[in-house]
Amino acid sequence: MSLLLLVILLLLAGVPAGAARAHAPDGRPLVYGLSAGACAIGGLAALAAIGAPPATLSLPLGLPWIGAHLRLDPLAAFFLVVVNLGGAGASLYALGHARHETMPQRVLPFHPLFLAALNLVVIADDAFTFLFAWELMSLASWALVVAHHREQENLRAGYVYLLMASLSGMVLLLAFGLLAGPAGSYAFAAMRAAPPAAGVAGTVLVLALIGAGSKAGLVPLHAWLPLAHPAAPSHVSALMSGVMTKVAVYAFLRISLDLLGTPSWWSAVLVLALGGATAVLGVLYALMQHDLKRLLAYHTVENIGIIFIGIGLAMAFRADGFAAAAALALTAALFHVFNHSVFKALLFFGAGAVLTATGTRDMERLGGLIHGMPRTGFTFLIACAAISALPPLNGFVSEWLTFQAILLRPDLPQWGLKVMIPTDGALLALAAALAAACFVKAFGISFLGRPRSEAAGAAAETDRFSRAAMSGFAALCLLAGVLPGALVDVLAPAVQSLLGARMPAQLGLPWLSLVPVAAARSSYNGLLIFLFLAAATSLSILAIHRFASRAVRRAPAWDCGFPDARPATQYTADSFAQPIRRVFGALIFNAHETLSLPPPGDTAPARLTKHLADPIWDALYAPVQTVVAWAAETLNVLQFLTIRRYLAAVFIALVALLLALALWQ
Amino acid sequence: MSGGLSLSVANTLAGLMVLASFLMIYQDRLSALINVLAAHAFVLALAVAWQAHVQDAPELYVTAAITLGFKAMALPMALRRIIVRLGLHREIEAVTGVGLTVLAGIGLVALSLDVMLPVTAHADPLTREDVTLALSVVLLGLLMMVTRRNAVSQVAAFLSLENGIDLAAAAAQGMPMVVEISVAFSLLVAFLVIGIFLFRIRERFDSVDVRALDAFRGERR
Repeated sequence: MSLLLLVILLLLAGVPAGAARAHAPDGRPLVYGLSAGACAIGGLAALAAIGAPPATLSLPLGLPWIGAHLRLDPLAAFFLVVVNLGGAGASLYALGHARHETMPQRVLPFHPLFLAALNLVVIADDAFTFLFAWELMSLASWALVVAHHREQENLRAGYVYLLMASLSGMVLLLAFGLLAGPAGSYAFAAMRAAPPAAGVAGTVLVLALIGAGSKAGLVPLHAWLPLAHPAAPSHVSALMSGVMTKVAVYAFLRISLDLLGTPSWWSAVLVLALGGATAVLGVLYALMQHDLKRLLAYHTVENIGIIFIGIGLAMAFRADGFAAAAALALTAALFHVFNHSVFKALLFFGAGAVLTATGTRDMERLGGLIHGMPRTGFTFLIACAAISALPPLNGFVSEWLTFQAILLRPDLPQWGLKVMIPTDGALLALAAALAAACFVKAFGISFLGRPRSEAAGAAAETDRFSRAAMSGFAALCLLAGVLPGALVDVLAPAVQSLLGARMPAQLGLPWLSLVPVAAARSSYNGLLIFLFLAAATSLSILAIHRFASRAVRRAPAWDCGFPDARPATQYTADSFAQPIRRVFGALIFNAHETLSLPPPGDTAPARLTKHLADPIWDALYAPVQTVVAWAAETLNVLQFLTIRRYLAAVFIALVALLLALALWQ
Repeated sequence: MSGGLSLSVANTLAGLMVLASFLMIYQDRLSALINVLAAHAFVLALAVAWQAHVQDAPELYVTAAITLGFKAMALPMALRRIIVRLGLHREIEAVTGVGLTVLAGIGLVALSLDVMLPVTAHADPLTREDVTLALSVVLLGLLMMVTRRNAVSQVAAFLSLENGIDLAAAAAQGMPMVVEISVAFSLLVAFLVIGIFLFRIRERFDSVDVRALDAFRGERR
């Protein structure tokens, strides 16, 4: 605990250092080195604390009669590992990557502040400290989003982000207000001791879903995410996508499964429905993008959906008293939290490397990067395979565990759950398949083929710090996929602390298998699959090299279906996604294409124009915007009243309140 | 010492303040209005002094003295000088709907009784009734500020409202001296500012009718 405080203090010390030394040559190594070191210490301390009993600490800071309560329990420790792993990786990456930063004074002070706030949210043990850290996290990340403020697009992203962040802060404030009850006990310990009545609990859960969900990127509150994540510098995108959304998941878990006690089954249906919709819509949105970082941001939305499906399953099973099944579902969700933080950070590192090397995020101007940036390409490929849930990498394990929880589905009495859980299974399968298609597109269009622009052709490999961070994370993807049992056992105390049950111990099993329920039912062995794949690949390579003929053959060159060998004839990001756009997009995005042919004799080219609409923006955000604009316009009159009318308004309000008081009594 | 006599005297004095507030609402001559305001403050001074006697709180005597010297004498004299210098001392303000306003005032007194008596059910009866009547005085002051158009009578209404707050504070078992002094001081500042503004307004518009201000801003009334 004290070690973690030290980490937070170290990170906070980075803020003035970053501000003072922003333009000095030693500013960047100083700040990012400090952040990386502090996060590494914090991560190790948290890892050691997962199995330890909860430690608490009260500091005489904050509001005078509340103070600041901190608590490090297994759940917080696990999320601290995720936060600090991501923080250390991003800081290491930034050591190299940030040398291209044009405005270091707008990034350096806020990077350690953001990391400190992320740490503080997770160990906060009272509502005031939590909300303070939550808002600090929002503000620090907002400052990073608008770091490059001269681009109009970034300013808009920052504005939308700030609006959504204030919505989330306000809604969480209301949720904690309800949880504190009339006694106003804002410490989490007091809330835990006295869970609210059913009606209040339902309201709190919905508020938590809005407050934490809007931060995490649950559909339909995800709108800020694809705007803000690409706008920030790449190491910050990695932190926001990989870590901050996980802290939001932590907030939801803390409220829904810890502070509220046993959830009701209908709240599980709500979470499951939102999770399923988020997973599928997120990946469909992602498929329609050709901005590399925006595509990745939409994929974060999808993965948050998968995590929320796991949480929803855990809530459903817990509501009906199936502790072991709930433990399996929650383990799957937490496993995916870890996985996503690793491979999404890795993907954003790769995207950042591509952005620096080519100066563009538009996939239609990339291509063939694997020649110029082989190591970036290789690690990016590993991350793509991991996020597409291909064995033997880590993404497969967590999605497989989620499916195991869905298939396990004990006999639940409620019809809502009986219908919702298989539906989510189908949605999850669809999302997984579409995600694979999307990453074939992301990797294939960006790294394979031939360069679509001069910049892409001239791209050079990125620096060694960035490569070190990427290689480390890629190794983690493989390690967590090959040895999932070890990670499941590490997660067990966190699951135990929330649900009172855990998955059976995995490390003692023969061949390091993963057996969620019973060996007769299902098991997975990442190590064996990895060994088999490695052996099969080596044997094939050996066989080809051994038996292939070395004789020179002469034949017409196969043109791969490109008789005209210009790069423009390759598949583009848009054309690759066109079949899926036609199948799903027509319904969901109202996607259609118009073809305009020039009249005979006109030499203008024919044009195929693609139209996409965002249904959620049109149906949810646009009406809100209209109502706010209308209300502002209407209430504007109030600014120009006479003094007597203002006095009269005050007087009438006072009398009305007194009347209400008199009648209420 | 909250026997029958002390309670009746306190009640009578507070009731007199409410009565004075009604007189102010009714009064349409500015000079007479200021006389009533002086009487209002004088009754307040008596009420505070009585509270000091009943509660055995000597510092409230100081409050009463300040009230007497400042609010019952200095402020009315200054206001009178202002209206003489502005040439308003003979002026009759066209107060419209006096009957309706008085009826509304009665309603407000009833409302404050209805609100405050249950809320303060467990309080000392001495405090309880004084606080209730003090709220009436505050509400009547607000009502008068809203219904008057002349800036001077609005100032008088504001001062009567402040008297009501003072009454409540004195009844609530003693108010720290610092608060009393700072309230008196802020009142002085407010009075100075308002006085200066009155002269400026008069200079510009040849009237202290706030309608002239509204017309100047180009607003509809």
